Amino acid sequence: MIEAAGQPVEGLDVADATNPIKQFEIHPVFNFDLNGIDLSFTNSSYFMVLSAVLVTGLLWMAMGRAALVPGRAQSVAEMLYEFVAGMIRSTTGNEGLRFFPLVFTLFTFILMGNMLGMFPYFPAPGFHGFTFTSHIIVTFALAMIVILTVMGFGIYKHGLKFFSFLFPAGVPWPLYVLLTPIELISFISRPITLGVRLFANMLAGHILLKVFAGFVVMLGAAGGGLAIAGILPFAMAVALTSLEFLVAFLQAYVFAVLTCIYLNDALHPGH
Amino acid sequence: MTAPEQHGHTAEHAAHAAQSAFPPFDPTYFASQLFWLAITFAVLYLLLSKWVLPRIGSAIEERRDRIADDLDAAASMKSQADEAVRNYEQALAEARTKAHGLAAEAKAQVDAKITEETAEVDAKLDAQASDAEARIQEAKDKALAEVDAIAAETAIAISAQLTQLDVAEADAQKAVAKAKQGA
Repeated sequence: MIEAAGQPVEGLDVADATNPIKQFEIHPVFNFDLNGIDLSFTNSSYFMVLSAVLVTGLLWMAMGRAALVPGRAQSVAEMLYEFVAGMIRSTTGNEGLRFFPLVFTLFTFILMGNMLGMFPYFPAPGFHGFTFTSHIIVTFALAMIVILTVMGFGIYKHGLKFFSFLFPAGVPWPLYVLLTPIELISFISRPITLGVRLFANMLAGHILLKVFAGFVVMLGAAGGGLAIAGILPFAMAVALTSLEFLVAFLQAYVFAVLTCIYLNDALHPGH
Repeated sequence: MTAPEQHGHTAEHAAHAAQSAFPPFDPTYFASQLFWLAITFAVLYLLLSKWVLPRIGSAIEERRDRIADDLDAAASMKSQADEAVRNYEQALAEARTKAHGLAAEAKAQVDAKITEETAEVDAKLDAQASDAEARIQEAKDKALAEVDAIAAETAIAISAQLTQLDVAEADAQKAVAKAKQGA
């Protein structure tokens, strides 16, 4: 950052411009301490709050008149609604619709977070973009929300029968020695894979983008023929940007679909 | 830049100097991220589930109901129209048969009247004709009877002129009757 005193500003700029890790750094905006635990409001918090505000605000504005014949914004809001509802209906059936607010919140929150992360510069603290879904603690927490909901609802609804997935039906009992640990491992790995998939996709995509963008800066700084060669990584960065928009949507969608599939297990245990 | 911000940056730099960790795995702000994630996610969940989603859902539901209602109304109107067409056709058929009946009745009445009047006129004409014939016959007979007398007188006159004979009227009449028979 600029205010890092004592260092030559120019040298810091080039290092910043080409450092692919810098974009993931978290800076506190307001310090907040609770019993010695650092709960500062950071740029990550800023983007989380902004995502929530934008999701609520945009949907609310789109539904402003709630017209019988919808305008463009209302159509988009209703399409989003029907999209998520259709996703739940097709994977869990109509009884899964009780989790509609949860899946909708997860989908829109992650989607908005991923999309806000696509801004290289943003009216935010430090004026740079940030993707809160590129931090494993966030994605893992989101995955835990899903898994705890699945487990909590499954046990509440079906009691111990919920754990029947550990003992697949129609299998001779000695095989349980082998099958039960496998089922258990696959169950435990769900929150990990769910969280890591989103985290790794966002992290890798943003590093890749920054690496190619960094090449442009470095080649431009070299000057002459190399500066012209900088067109190549620039074209690559443009192409990758469109790919990252796809990934941003796709990972939110994958997260929501997997949430539905796991919820289906809670609704209908024992496959 | 505000003071707490600067303080934050220096604190962060210190943390980086100490650990120089890869930011996503740096646990310095794990608690902060979890804390703010919990707050924002919970608030977003509440706002969406209590406020925004019911509004979108009710708008969609309202439209679906309205369309279903409109379709129902259209179907009932169509059945009403069909019924009206059926009624109209039935009324038309009835009117047609009634008209046919009336026409036939009127024709029969007119025919009967025509026949009646024709018969009346015919009878009148017949009566007049027979009356006339009778009168003609009478006149003829009268004329014929007079012809005999005239013939007899003429015969008398002729014979008186030609022969100076004075023929008796009875004889002349006898001769005329004889001539008539011969003729």
